[in-house]
Amino acid sequence: MSSGHVVIVGAGQGGLQAAMSLRQEGHEGPITLVGGEPGLPYQRPPLSKAYLKTGEAEKLALRPESFFETKAITLRPGTWVDAIDRAAQQLRIGSETLDYDTLILATGTRNLRPPIPGVERALDLRTLEDARTLRAALDQPRRIAVIGGGFIGLEFAAVAAGLGHHVSIAEAAPRLMARAVSPAMSERFRALHEGLGTELHLGNGVTEVTERGLLLADSVEVHADLVLLAAGVRPNVELAQQAGLEVDNGVVVDAMLRTADPQIFALGDCAAFPEAVSGRRVRLESVQAATDHARSIAKTIVKGDVAPYAAVPWFWSDQHDFKLQIAGLAAPSDESVALDDGAVLRFRGDRLTAVETINNAKIHMKARRLLGGDAVPARDTLLQRNYDLTAA
Amino acid sequence: MVKVTYVAHDGTRTELDGDPGDSVMSLAIAQGIDGIVGECGGSMMCATCHCYVDEDWAETAGPRMDGEEDMLESAACEVTERSRLSCQIKLTEALDGLVVHLPEEQV
Repeated sequence: MSSGHVVIVGAGQGGLQAAMSLRQEGHEGPITLVGGEPGLPYQRPPLSKAYLKTGEAEKLALRPESFFETKAITLRPGTWVDAIDRAAQQLRIGSETLDYDTLILATGTRNLRPPIPGVERALDLRTLEDARTLRAALDQPRRIAVIGGGFIGLEFAAVAAGLGHHVSIAEAAPRLMARAVSPAMSERFRALHEGLGTELHLGNGVTEVTERGLLLADSVEVHADLVLLAAGVRPNVELAQQAGLEVDNGVVVDAMLRTADPQIFALGDCAAFPEAVSGRRVRLESVQAATDHARSIAKTIVKGDVAPYAAVPWFWSDQHDFKLQIAGLAAPSDESVALDDGAVLRFRGDRLTAVETINNAKIHMKARRLLGGDAVPARDTLLQRNYDLTAA
Repeated sequence: MVKVTYVAHDGTRTELDGDPGDSVMSLAIAQGIDGIVGECGGSMMCATCHCYVDEDWAETAGPRMDGEEDMLESAACEVTERSRLSCQIKLTEALDGLVVHLPEEQV
């Protein structure tokens, strides 16, 4: 049985899930959940979606305050951990020390702030505080420029355009969401956003943020009185790094999500882990990875090394009336097969790696089950069925 | 106020007061009901807020939403004709007194 003190650094959705799953698995020892942000752990996905429209912050809490008492989880919000002393199994928090038997790093990410002159003029959208500031700025008609055509930038753009603001997006890559989806899918979202009246500047990086808006690589000036920086994130790895743990675009963990130190695990956005199918090291930014990692680690802590982590990744993004759903994980170079029903299948050689759909829960769920099964049908087999996943 | 009673798998009944517009899922989460997880926050990306609407309320609660059926296929426990995703049941005055039963597991 596990009775030691588990300390979780990071009180986002993954950190909280780890605490909840530990109790569910029967962990009897103390659990401390340390978070840098104030207040109760909250959901981030709505910050770029529903919250911007409604402003209902109280609806974002993942669990009420009473929950932590009931489950004997010590929540320490607004607390920054300064260092890990692995030899002493201790955290340093200011002048205080906190002993741990097992440590889970769930430190997440922070906004990437590229070294563009004037970038300090741009707002972020990552925390509830960011979202509050941004929402308050939308109280009057604005000309808005968004730096970055990824999930966050596009979700925000869709909401802002829907509220009647004039929106422009500058993206250095030649297409939208280039890291995450196929060219065919990027194209459909380009048409969606242009249809909403949003001005897209693709393949055109930002060289300066000025008082008047953005200056782009091709010298075009985008006028704006509000600039949002949504150019991606950086994993928070400093604690791990300073403690001598390996870092490679995230805290490096093995198939059990454990670092080289057997007492320390890492999960979610900050963890670089071996993808079950290909073995390649990946870092995912998603609710799914955060919560599935958390459940897997909790099980390992309580029951021992039962099963390596192997959950199928999934992602979603709500933009206007398009719900983009992705099952699996494709590399940008994976081939794409666009079907008549709108789904896009991604292949690496003979292997199905991901399925992208818009407003098609049936195919999405079918794909999640297929990719999680023991025998994922090969490309030839799928071709014989006209790529009809529901027949597989 | 809209009263909702959650009946846990072990038979424990918890009665909560919600506001019209809340979902059966969000009310449960806000009050710390154990049997509902609601991992995706009501985005219909998971099936961790599965519930069984009590027979007496099935009609008032209405039919499943678009896509709900597909998500329910991945629910951890048996799906019956009373199965719903509780994030898709929005409280109205007509649902005052609603009773939902919770499955043994959500994941």
